[in-house]
Amino acid sequence: MIKTQYRELYCSSPRYWGGLASLAFIILLGLGAAFHMEHNGHFVTGMSNQIVWGLPHVFAIFLIVAASGALNVASIGSVFGGPMYKPLGRFSGLLAIGLLAGGLVVLLLDLGRPDRLIVAMTTYNFKSIFAWNIILYTGFFTIVGLYLWTMMDRKFEQYKRPVGFAAFFWRIALTTGTGSIFGFLVAREAYDAAIMAPMFIIMSFSYGLAFFIITLIAAYWWAGRTIGDLRLAKLKNLLGVFVGAVLYFAMVYHLTNLYVTQHHGVERFILLDGGIYTNMFWIGQVLIGGVIPLFLLYSPAFTTSRFAISVASLLVLIGGFFQVYVIVIGGQAYPMNLFPGKEVLSSSFYDGVVANYTPTTAEALLGIAGIAISMTLVAVGSRMLRVLPESLEDPAEGECA
Amino acid sequence: MSCNSDQPDMNRREFLGKSVLAATATVVAPGVMLTVANASEEGASSAVRWGMLIDTNKCADGCTACVDACNKENGIDLMQRPAGQADEMWNAQRPQWVRKVKLRDKQTGEISNLPMMCQHCEHPPCVDVCPTGASFKRADGIVMVDRHTCIGCRYCMMACPYKARSFIHQDVAEQLTGTPRGKGCVESCNLCVGRIDAGNSTTACQDACNKDGHQAILFGDLKNPESAIAKALKAESSHQIRADLELNTGVRYTNI
Repeated sequence: MIKTQYRELYCSSPRYWGGLASLAFIILLGLGAAFHMEHNGHFVTGMSNQIVWGLPHVFAIFLIVAASGALNVASIGSVFGGPMYKPLGRFSGLLAIGLLAGGLVVLLLDLGRPDRLIVAMTTYNFKSIFAWNIILYTGFFTIVGLYLWTMMDRKFEQYKRPVGFAAFFWRIALTTGTGSIFGFLVAREAYDAAIMAPMFIIMSFSYGLAFFIITLIAAYWWAGRTIGDLRLAKLKNLLGVFVGAVLYFAMVYHLTNLYVTQHHGVERFILLDGGIYTNMFWIGQVLIGGVIPLFLLYSPAFTTSRFAISVASLLVLIGGFFQVYVIVIGGQAYPMNLFPGKEVLSSSFYDGVVANYTPTTAEALLGIAGIAISMTLVAVGSRMLRVLPESLEDPAEGECA
Repeated sequence: MSCNSDQPDMNRREFLGKSVLAATATVVAPGVMLTVANASEEGASSAVRWGMLIDTNKCADGCTACVDACNKENGIDLMQRPAGQADEMWNAQRPQWVRKVKLRDKQTGEISNLPMMCQHCEHPPCVDVCPTGASFKRADGIVMVDRHTCIGCRYCMMACPYKARSFIHQDVAEQLTGTPRGKGCVESCNLCVGRIDAGNSTTACQDACNKDGHQAILFGDLKNPESAIAKALKAESSHQIRADLELNTGVRYTNI
């Protein structure tokens, strides 16, 4: 079998530095936006006491969920022994670290008091799933860092499998934690569901792999290297399975809610008459993020089309973003039912009415900067470390049997 | 001492040593003093549980005496609307510790009015979810926020089933000593904790309601069988809002 040669990502200087400069510019805009929000206070955002988590949270959760999913490719290679995935493990680990870092920066900069990060890191309430998440996030960096090391340093190769296992379990725990942030909220009808945790895990599989495919194709285009059709086909077929699974979990979640009379209101809101949230669900999540990618991934017409695979991955990400938006914002917009059987005639605090939320440019800039931070880390990491194989051409017949 | 001497410069060492000692004392002393000062004061006692009983029949339609009194007591009325902020947004963003809600029964058409605020649960979801423990429950049942450790993550606001919490969305120009307030932190009704700790037995909202002659709010110790509130709760049936969550609220309502 031909040994995989890894090499740093080299491409022409203008191409590389130009790309980095554009990313740096986006990050700068985002940091400016964060300063604007922190300096003035959150009144300059669309968030309020009714919609307390806004667009930055959507970006942050989206990136954090995708981060743990991006590690899957490495897990398949070293934990489950998939030979076609093995050469992709290093890049998968780097991407996972990058995405998590981007998401966490957004989450941190949207806090009311980001200057108190040290309080969050040193004062824990262990009954809070949020506190556990802080530990899970920092642990993820450490474990995936070690995992990368064992994959890259031959001296530690014997630890690759155990560390890979640890990383796999840790990533499952991490997404369980992220999903449980919503699953454990008894107050709101859209949340308070155990299925949130496994649903977030399957969402992470899908978004993470979509991110992986896009960044991989982009990196190889950047460096002028080649990826074999068979390898891409494996990735694309796997993505199709994950996309289908996300649709299935969404269906089970809604069917369960529809069975409970108490939850008919919120289901009606999301599925039928919630305006923008209904559109985002059906057009964004189901059509753009589910049906169209499935068609692109499985239609015989596009079997080896790189363009179709890239578009499908991009649509999965856009649909996933809508899905997180509907969960985070839609779930808050629907009013809590404090007084069952009563209608609210008047309240100065918007009891009983759907909350309004219009995100501001600053919130969007901060969120987009999170993606740019992830991509910068991946670009710099691939340039400095040997994470990408020289060639990803398909192995000769019989080699992977 | 000669500059050529090989001996260590003892004066310099002494000086450095004393400086370090002085610096340590400056840093540590205030903390020690505070601890000593605190130790002499009595903490909240678990022998009492503060709570409220609200008679919605007595709560008058259109009256906002309790809301106004709360705003004054806690310096909420000192908050300035940020320049150019629209009415609707200001209403959604300004802190509201207590709000008036008017309800109609969908089946019977019965109208009820009530003040809604932090329900001071025995098992508060806001305390469960707070990552830093800033959201806490005192031994006497009062649920409140430690503004020194609140990081402004707003998870408590997501978790509260009563929408009782407010986030401070803008700079605070003026505030009262008894109710510290800071941009980027969360706050809510604390049953006028400052008054209670000073030995008072009523809250600002109760006083205001009584002054207007409604007497819809009764505040007191739920654990003391001789207190007016305990007797009233024993005598007539009352409700917890969202009783299904079994949070055992400290605020109860009659006639809804």
